[in-house]
Amino acid sequence: MARSASLYKSVPDENGHFGIYGGRYVSETLMPLVLSVEQAWEKAKDDPAFWAEFDELARDYIGRPSPLYFAESTTRHLGGAEVWFKRDELNHTGAHKINNCLGQILLARRMGKTRIIAETGAGQHGVATATVCALFKLPCTIFMGATDIERQKPNVFRMKLLGAEVRAVTSGAGTLKDAMNEALRDWVTNVNDTFYIIGTVAGPHPYPAMVRDFQSVIGREARQQFMDRTKTLPDTLVACIGGGSNAIGLFHPFLDDAVVNIIGVEAGGHGLETGQHCASLTGGRPGVLHGNRTYLLQNEDGQILEGHSISAGLDYPGIGPEHSWLHDQKRVNYVSITDKEALEAFQMMARLEGILPALEPSHAFAHVMKIAPTLPKTHRILMNLCGRGDKDIFTVADRLGVTL
Amino acid sequence: MNRIDQRFAKVRQEERAALVTFIMAGDPDKASAQDIMNGLPAAGADIIEIGMPFSDPMADGLTIQLAGQRALAGGMTLAQTLDMVKSFRVHDTQTPVVLMGYYNPVYIYGAERFVIEAVKSGVDGVIIVDLPPEEEAELGDHARAHNLNMIRLVTPTTDDNRLRKILPGAGGFLYYVSITGITGAAAANAQALTPRLKHLKTKTDLPLAVGFGIRTPDDVAALSEVSDAVVVGSAIVETIGKIGKGQAKISDVITQVTALASALRQPARKRATNR
Repeated sequence: MARSASLYKSVPDENGHFGIYGGRYVSETLMPLVLSVEQAWEKAKDDPAFWAEFDELARDYIGRPSPLYFAESTTRHLGGAEVWFKRDELNHTGAHKINNCLGQILLARRMGKTRIIAETGAGQHGVATATVCALFKLPCTIFMGATDIERQKPNVFRMKLLGAEVRAVTSGAGTLKDAMNEALRDWVTNVNDTFYIIGTVAGPHPYPAMVRDFQSVIGREARQQFMDRTKTLPDTLVACIGGGSNAIGLFHPFLDDAVVNIIGVEAGGHGLETGQHCASLTGGRPGVLHGNRTYLLQNEDGQILEGHSISAGLDYPGIGPEHSWLHDQKRVNYVSITDKEALEAFQMMARLEGILPALEPSHAFAHVMKIAPTLPKTHRILMNLCGRGDKDIFTVADRLGVTL
Repeated sequence: MNRIDQRFAKVRQEERAALVTFIMAGDPDKASAQDIMNGLPAAGADIIEIGMPFSDPMADGLTIQLAGQRALAGGMTLAQTLDMVKSFRVHDTQTPVVLMGYYNPVYIYGAERFVIEAVKSGVDGVIIVDLPPEEEAELGDHARAHNLNMIRLVTPTTDDNRLRKILPGAGGFLYYVSITGITGAAAANAQALTPRLKHLKTKTDLPLAVGFGIRTPDDVAALSEVSDAVVVGSAIVETIGKIGKGQAKISDVITQVTALASALRQPARKRATNR
């Protein structure tokens, strides 16, 4: 296992490659735009004024730093390792998504862009984008699959209240990947004035690296907080993965710490053996989609498959290219959790901690529930509690057979 | 000389532009797509572009998206797309065939295997929409080694810096995307394109084909004045889409292509002056 200090800081290379993953697989019309985003980002990320603005709004508008919480009741109940949560569900808009939206809209403003587009699946990234667009008075169009619009009505209404136009995407199955296709079609049509705020660590370079850098605020804070509280590093990190932005945000500042065991939890849906899941790494293989090479759910002819997960936020047939690379490097261990296990974990956290987690981190918590009892009491697990579950109560009620 | 070069030499002799027609492999069904393809040369198509269906065609408008979905629903695969060209070659050894699509199916098929099989099937060139020069080597190096033309796109956003990346390794012809947008979108304006195309002519000896937003015989006539080839896709695919619904016949597609082709052959349209 390669664990030299320089390795994890050396990716991506100048063309956005993480090993064979990543890159810039976009049409020629988009290439100059993608390159101009990269140029602007290279400049901004070395500019203290850019980060000063980011940090100020992260503190006063998002509410950072988010707390580090020792889940004493969970620890006692599971009877093994200590369980700690990074509380990114306490952010404004209720999830980690806003960290990235804030960063990207500041960049869009620097580039003089006057219109924002974004894709959304569950609606969390759409709400976070609509929020920063309201803050900065930029018109905003959110592409959302027609199927998702139907099952995520509260978030659609939130986006509209915030002043966003929500455009229904009927092509394909009308879910997240189709929304991303449609956002790319819009971008190719409105190349001059529009900035595309991609919601996860995927897409053409520089998005995977840029979104990682914005979300790494989670891991930087957590590392410092953990050192302050326990004088040590956590022994194990756990985070859920759809595209993988909350996970890479927590993991990245710890990658060089060889003593830290890192686990990513994919959505196992009805179970890997059923084919009805979103576990790209454990159930897919490398391919090219949405601007990057990465592990994808696809058939033998290279056609992309629709994933399935109880959690709309994990319902994507791909994964960020850096995760694909970390998987091949064996630096991060990727596992999967089924819908049923996630649903049980959701209810367990509500009772044990008085926290309704989103269904996405419920997957992470389900894995914590599996491993904590097998580990010694001296072992410390840090889990990213990346979103709150208010948005999911309708889905949960439906699965539990409760009529609201 | 390969088939693409030969064809451009021929149309140049006839003092006209070439007509490039796009259809989707397997649309509306495998047998009809084969019949349509086989009928295109007699209808006046100079170069045939065959779409390789993909589940996520990010650069295409609704018409071509639906065509791909129809083809995939009928079980079309990349291997069968190559078979379609092979069957076509039994009757036609002259008309250039260009495959157009997205990278993932090719990558999964295997880049080198794809190139070898494509050449063996009688394919003359490939356009991979989401494979810019920066990422192209793993397919393009095999293609150039086997004399398969890597046809590249140039767009309104392409500046001279980009051209310097695009032109080396490009083969067959340059495909000029007339608008910033997706296939089947707003119409291209011949007059507005002229300075752009003239500039491109100073940078390359490759023939220039203009595509996107070209639908009617009048569009074809106008664009043929300023380019070496004119591509019609969505307008033809729309007609093909009606076949499955029983609202059109294969002969309607042939009639449509015949009308597009005759727009290039009107004596008034003979050019050679403004080249």
